[in-house]
Formats: sequence, C-alpha cells, structure tokens
Amino acid sequence: MTKETKNELVDFAITARKYKTLLTRKYKSRKFWENPNPMEIYSFIPGTIVDIFVKEGSFIEEGEPLLILEAMKMRNRIDMPFSAKIKKMNVIQGQKIPKDYLLVELEK
Amino acid sequence: MSLKKNILALREKKAIVQKGGGDEAIEKQVAMGKLTARDRILAILDKNSFHEYDLFVVHEERNFGMDKKVLAGDGVITGTGTVYGAPICIYAQDFTVMGGSLGLKHARKITKIMDLALKLQVPCIGINDSGGARIQEGIGALAGYGEIFYRNTMASGVIPQISVILGPCAGGAVYSPALTDFVFVVENISKMFITGPNVIESVLGEKISQEDLGGARVHAEITGNAHFYASSEQECFEQIKQLIRFIPWNNTQKAKSFEPKPPKVKKNIENIIPSDPKQPYDVREVISVLVDDSEFLEIHELFAQNIVVGFGRMNGETVGFVANQPMYLAGVLDCDSSDKAARFIRYCDAFNIPIVTLEDMPGYLPGVDQEHAGVIRHGAKVLYAYSEATVPKITVILRKAYGGGYIAMNSRHLGADFVFSWPSAEIAVMGPEGAANIIFKKEIMEAEDQDAMRQLKVQEYIDKFANPYVAASKGYIDGVIEPSETRSILLHALAISNKKIDDRPTKKHGIPPF
Repeated sequence: MTKETKNELVDFAITARKYKTLLTRKYKSRKFWENPNPMEIYSFIPGTIVDIFVKEGSFIEEGEPLLILEAMKMRNRIDMPFSAKIKKMNVIQGQKIPKDYLLVELEK
Repeated sequence: MSLKKNILALREKKAIVQKGGGDEAIEKQVAMGKLTARDRILAILDKNSFHEYDLFVVHEERNFGMDKKVLAGDGVITGTGTVYGAPICIYAQDFTVMGGSLGLKHARKITKIMDLALKLQVPCIGINDSGGARIQEGIGALAGYGEIFYRNTMASGVIPQISVILGPCAGGAVYSPALTDFVFVVENISKMFITGPNVIESVLGEKISQEDLGGARVHAEITGNAHFYASSEQECFEQIKQLIRFIPWNNTQKAKSFEPKPPKVKKNIENIIPSDPKQPYDVREVISVLVDDSEFLEIHELFAQNIVVGFGRMNGETVGFVANQPMYLAGVLDCDSSDKAARFIRYCDAFNIPIVTLEDMPGYLPGVDQEHAGVIRHGAKVLYAYSEATVPKITVILRKAYGGGYIAMNSRHLGADFVFSWPSAEIAVMGPEGAANIIFKKEIMEAEDQDAMRQLKVQEYIDKFANPYVAASKGYIDGVIEPSETRSILLHALAISNKKIDDRPTKKHGIPPF
C-alpha cells in the first residue's frame, strides 16, 4: 500500500526526552494554539454578513449590535463584547466568510 | 400440462430484473471504473455460492410520477452465500437503478437480510453505492434508514458487520457504515460525507472537491471512519475475504482454527529493537516474527499510525494485536490512537479473540490541541476497553512503559492475565530525564556543574528504577523474559488461558467515555 515519501525522522520531545520518530500527516497539519486577543472579533461559524450597524472610528457601548452573520438559515447577532472604539471593519455587507475570519478589530 | 411455459416466463422476468438499470446505465457505471452491484457480490463470495432473494420486490410510491417507474429489485440486490466456506448475508446497492437511491422497499430488503443474518448468526456484508435518500419517497426513505440503523445497533457485537463503500455514501446513508464493525474504502471510488461539496459551498462558501472532503484517503487516514483502504475494488474484495478468515461467524463462537505454522520471517527478534530507547523501529516487524506464517492483517493501517492493531494467528488461533508504534510519534497515545485501540479491543472482546499487547511507549502526547480535543476522555477509552474485556489479555513490555501509558496498555492493574517484560524494559512513572529533573531538582540546582550532576542523577534513576525489576519485585509483571522466548511464552499463555472465565457485575451496559 501507500508508501510514505520524504517523511524523515525528527526529534520529538515527550517530557524531558527527545525521541527519533516520523510524524503523521495529521499531526503535521494540526493547529497551533494562540492566545486569543480580546481586541479581535472572529466569526464562530462560516456564513454571510447580512447587516453591519457600526462604522470604523466610532465608540460603541458593550452589548450594542455590531453586525448580523447569517449561517445555517439563522441570523446571528454579533454584539460588542465591551465598550471600545472600532478600529477596523474587515467585512462588508453581503460578504461570505469562513469560520475564524477576523471580522472586527477594536481599540480602547 | 407442462410447466415449461411458466419456467420460461420466470427466466424472462429474472433476466429483466438482473439487468438492473439497463445496458446504458451499466456502461456508465463501468466507465466510472466501478463494477456492477451483482459483479461485486460475485467477486466477494465463493464461486456459485450466491443465492438471491426478493428479486421481484417493487416500490409502492405513487407520487411524482413514480407510479410509472419500474425499478429492478428496487435498486438493491440481497442474498446469501459463502466466503471461504463461511456463511454470509450480503446486500449491494445498485447504482444503475435510479442512482441506488434508497426508498422504503429498498430499505426493507436490506433490513430483511440483516434480520436473517442475525437469526442465522452469520456475518453481514453491505455494499454501499447510492446517491442517498429517494427524495420522491420522502419520509418513507427516512424511515428506511432508521430501520437499518436500528438493526445495525441490534446486531452490533453479535454478528460481524462489514460495510464496503463503493461509490457515493452521503447524508443519512453514512450512519449505517459508521455503526458497523469494519468499513472498506477504495481510492477514487468511495465518497462519504454528511453534506456534500455543493451544499457546503452554497451555504458556507467553502470550496472543496468530493475527494478532499470525504474520499477514501481522507477516511482512512484523517477521520478513521474507514478501516481498510484499497487502490482497486479487487484489492478491496481480497481484504474482505482475508478479514472473514480471521473473525468468528458470531459472538458465541471462536474464529476458525488453522494449521499452526512457525513464523515465515526468521529475523532475530533481539536485533529489531534498538537498545537506545530514543531510537525508533517498526513494531510490525516484531509482530511478523511472533505470528504464525508471519501473516498479519492490519486494521486502520493509515489512521493514527502511532499504534498498530490487527489480527494474526498463534497456534493456528486468531489473536488481536495492539502494539505501540515507536516509528510514528514515538508511539504515544493520543486522541486518535486511543480511539483506534479501544475500538479494536472491544471488537476482540465481543468476538472472543484474545488480545496480545506489545508495549513500548513514552506516555500521552502533550499539546493544547490534544487537551482541547479531549485526550482525557479519549484516553480513558483505552482504560475502559482493557478493564472491561474478559478475553485472555497478555502484555509484553518491549522497552518503555512510562506513567499513564504503563497503566493504560493492559497493565496487571487493569486485569491483564499475564504481563511479561523484556530485560531491557523501563517501567517507571516517567522517563529518567524527567524524573531526575524533579526528584533531584535541589541537588542539580545547587551543583557547580549542573549538567554533570543531572547526568549523574539520570543515571542513578535509570539504575534504580528504569528497569523491569522493581515492577517484578512487586508481582506487577509475571516474568522478565528473554526476547527470543517471546513467541513460545505467548503460545503457552494463550493456550493455557483458552477457557478463561472472568465474570463482570451484572449491568444493562456500562457508560464508556464515548
């Protein structure tokens, strides 16, 4: 069956020891963890931006609606997580976006 | 009056139905590189053993012009036969008949042959090649799927259930294979997904090909939904036949015995495993010098390669092997390898197949992705499966057995019947470097030459603890054995535990960490 090509032994650390081993394709393509930045709002589901209520540069109170992300026939309202200024809007009305897409950047 | 006329009429009727969707549709099927449903059944079963039933079943749908449509056998062929003499119930969806779409009668033919398999206590093979629910039949098609799933569940652990994906298998249809024991896929032919690329693109805007979304390779390597991957239908059928020879017909029997044979591979087992615990090797080489005729049928070969599971024979009897694979990811347990091992252990237990565990692992895989993917829950499956199993359970510790991994890999504490260890094994709470760093932290910190002190302490730990004799002194392992004795000791342990009885508390069922 399928032969692994160009898969070379690497140093693989488990606790304090490094082992020589091959990596699986799935392991190599895993996602690395990054600390979430509270100033960035990402899409939690892929979908379409059907409405935008705020403008860049304006100051928005916590709980005010930012935009509507329609996915799976549901209109999901994305609200302001805390009071802050809109630094950048990265989407426009009608735009289709994937999951984990940077929608809005905030600044204090 | 002679019956000749009736017989001729029957032959004519049969010939029409056996044509399936007709010449044009068959041509299309062949052009896609696929065999017809009937040819597939004939290729799997022993020559002249196939007997077909329910040839003249027709659908009863009257809406959407369906009243004018005649569908040969309602798009599925069902029957019985044998594989290497083993009785088999089988069905194959016929893509040439309205895309193999599943209507109520189509489903009822399948449930009927499944009911028969359960009653006869014989394996059931399902060949899937279907566009999905027959939309015209609406709720009737959904009812059909549900009735199949219910039977898959009822038959689970009673008779072997095998699914062969030889075409599309989408939407609800995927859940029947998912509920069965073994799923076979073929490169470029098998496609499995809940929602296809078209829906995904229109709803979410994500563009992906059928192959990248749910092709054979994806399910064999990434999702683990498929257990066997072949590059052609013929290779796939050979895999199915080989599997049937390793497993019993039902859960009240043992797998067929074969003439005991010595391993074909004559390699010195001591030379396969490097003494340096950091160096990798392919544990399948170890298996090949342990099993009869060196014949090993690997399951989930491409999925979670850091653990190897599959069937071999010892003394001519089927044995399930679970072996850490240092060649991949150093042989760690992670979410996928835990799922893979636990499922296989439960299969062996359900079907009276003894389990031999070959252990050489540094522990669980560290990482945020693992923790967030639920490695606690997945890892627990291995503990559950080993503890729960009442078949003979034998462990050989080849090299490393650290920490949680030591406990998980069929340790004495989880109910192993026999645990043996090679003299080179390191059985300890963690690797010597890690342990020394913690235990001798103060000494190392205060030393003038920290590295030298660390080396000293690591060696001290290795000498004192990273060996099999501490565990042996407590009776947690039954014997420290020479590598060259491994096969003969396993043969004896298996033979002597042949009639093992191991009772469990009465319960409806446990709550495994699904």
